[in-house]
Amino acid sequence: MKYVDEYRDNQLAQGLLREIRQKTTRPWVLMEICGGQTHTIMRYGLDELLPSWIELVHGPGCPVCVTPASILDRAIELAQRDDVILVSYGDLLRVPGTKTDLFSAKARGADVRMVYSPLDALRVARLYPDRKVVFLAVGFETTAPANAMAVYQAHRERLDNFFLLASHVLVPPAIRGLAASPDNRVQGFIAPGHVCTIVGCADYADLVQEFHVPIVVGGFEPVDLLQAILALVTMLEEGRPAFANEYARSVSYRGNLEAQRILGEIFEVADQSWRGLGEIPQSGLRLREKFAAWDADKVFDLNVLPVEAPSVCISAEILKGLKKPTDCSAFGTVCTPASPLGAPMVSSEGACSAYYQYRRHSLVAIQ
Amino acid sequence: MSPLNCPLPIVDKETVLLGHGGGGKLSADLFRDVFLPAFSNSILGRADDQAILDLGSARLAFTTDSFVVKPLFFRGGDIGSLAVHGTVNDLAVGGATPLFLSAAFILEEGFPLESLRKVVASMREAALQAGVQIVTGDTKVVEKGSCDGLFINTAGIGLVATTLPLSADQAKPGDLVLLSGPIGDHGIAILAEREGLSFETDIVSDSASLHSLVAEMLATGATIRCMRDPTRGGVASSCNEIAQSSRVGIQLEERAIPVRDEVRGACELLGLDPLYIANEGKLLAISAPEDAGQLLAAMQRHPLGREASIIGRVTSENPGLLTMRTALGAVRIVDMLANDPLPRIC
Repeated sequence: MKYVDEYRDNQLAQGLLREIRQKTTRPWVLMEICGGQTHTIMRYGLDELLPSWIELVHGPGCPVCVTPASILDRAIELAQRDDVILVSYGDLLRVPGTKTDLFSAKARGADVRMVYSPLDALRVARLYPDRKVVFLAVGFETTAPANAMAVYQAHRERLDNFFLLASHVLVPPAIRGLAASPDNRVQGFIAPGHVCTIVGCADYADLVQEFHVPIVVGGFEPVDLLQAILALVTMLEEGRPAFANEYARSVSYRGNLEAQRILGEIFEVADQSWRGLGEIPQSGLRLREKFAAWDADKVFDLNVLPVEAPSVCISAEILKGLKKPTDCSAFGTVCTPASPLGAPMVSSEGACSAYYQYRRHSLVAIQ
Repeated sequence: MSPLNCPLPIVDKETVLLGHGGGGKLSADLFRDVFLPAFSNSILGRADDQAILDLGSARLAFTTDSFVVKPLFFRGGDIGSLAVHGTVNDLAVGGATPLFLSAAFILEEGFPLESLRKVVASMREAALQAGVQIVTGDTKVVEKGSCDGLFINTAGIGLVATTLPLSADQAKPGDLVLLSGPIGDHGIAILAEREGLSFETDIVSDSASLHSLVAEMLATGATIRCMRDPTRGGVASSCNEIAQSSRVGIQLEERAIPVRDEVRGACELLGLDPLYIANEGKLLAISAPEDAGQLLAAMQRHPLGREASIIGRVTSENPGLLTMRTALGAVRIVDMLANDPLPRIC
């Protein structure tokens, strides 16, 4: 399959692994930001193939993982109202709020529907003019433009029964928070390729200057990631942290200007709560005042209860790269994908879920 | 950064979820926790796709399956042919010659009779091709909105000629895993036609009756430990079930597993793994290593097994687990799915 097979080529990958082994003279801790990258690393076993001196830790870049339970509680509350159809992406429907998830709410009679894009959500709104259609929209800079487009389209069509329940998160403020943290141990970052495809690279280059830490934009195939790791290791070994783009087939320095324009028109940057990481200043997007009529948070009177911190789950430390999933006493025992205790076990892209899915045989005794 | 917190979710387990029908871990939990204790007996306990009933003078295979596929008509088949193929295959992988089927219809008020006639004609054709007769049945009509147009249940009986103890608990370390052809065609053909998902693909469902392929395989006299048609939950779930029942490890070779480019492409787009996608005309077989070559050759001589290959082996390491040697040479788990595979958000 063209544009995929080349980046999964065994010979290319082995060549890059050899080069990485030759260049590495001491231990380095690298973080891949995106859950999709974590998934590739585990799925292809890159962590097993890399020299043991290179420790990969996993960042907060899984959109499902970092979606706060409070927004799911709000979505579930809305879904249970008779006049509401709650629509969202499939994997979000089984993410637990504080008490239950949307699939369970659906099983009890709530009108919850799975869509593949926000434009499908608009279609539902057109089909059911007498119902209020709420689209639960989460995710990073990658999914936000399409969600913005849906609001723009609803505005143009004067579709007054479509609402966005939004919880968007931005990557650069999260990296800033991680890099600035006194207990940070990450020495190099693999920036998320898809996010940079939309917003460009300027913020990442600025972070390099600010924290003197190398940042390399990486793609999502094994060869992409090995190239990014090689670039990081080379910079670290040579002591010259810099910014580099190893995903040039998708990412330009300025990004997708049209997507940025629609994002800026519909959303404004705001403080945002992250599951596992808490509130990060200026790390989210909210609908501008002009679009308040489509903002579920403003239109509906929602009852949000405070959430309690768990006693065992160490997901915050995992999302910050301070600990590995296997450092958790609940991993693979009381915390599994079927009954997750914390965010990184919930989504298939979460770090704990990836370890459970792909590495359990070498980590825990099989029952 | 503010103080850290992570909410502790409590997943509701007291209602039936869609995932309970997905063929993954939730389905297995339902069987183990609800059905098995209630109906407990040694035949059901084997958890095979069919029950083998030893009647002294004859060995019968008996199975049942319900079909709730949406859309009712899809590229490569429809709910009617699927209902025949599914039940014929559950009998065939037990080593049985399928003989008789029942067909029960649950119809929704308002369902067009013309569509029903099309479905029934398709069942008739599939039954003729499989050499089975539909000899009994039932019809119920429910109020509009109570079901999705049409559900079909089929049950089947077949005669088991072989004396091989074909069962998921028979795999032994050293055995080889054979697969009859490329995976994921049916699941992707269905997904491509589902409402709301509009991508173009030429993928056609692989829905087919496997009884004649199985007959060719049995005729070789090869030692076959067990066979499965990897439907819901795909190859990953079937291999996991065999590994757990036999208390052995199974290791697949990623590069040996055939997947059509179109299926791979659709899976890439949707964030799905072909190993978990449903098939309706594919066969997995575990064979003694010394017989695998002749079994593979027999499969490849049959039209439904032309692209058959050996995709892995049974090991004594990691009992109960399915692993895979990746294309890059590392080994990773291929887990039983906790839920239905769902397209990812990004």
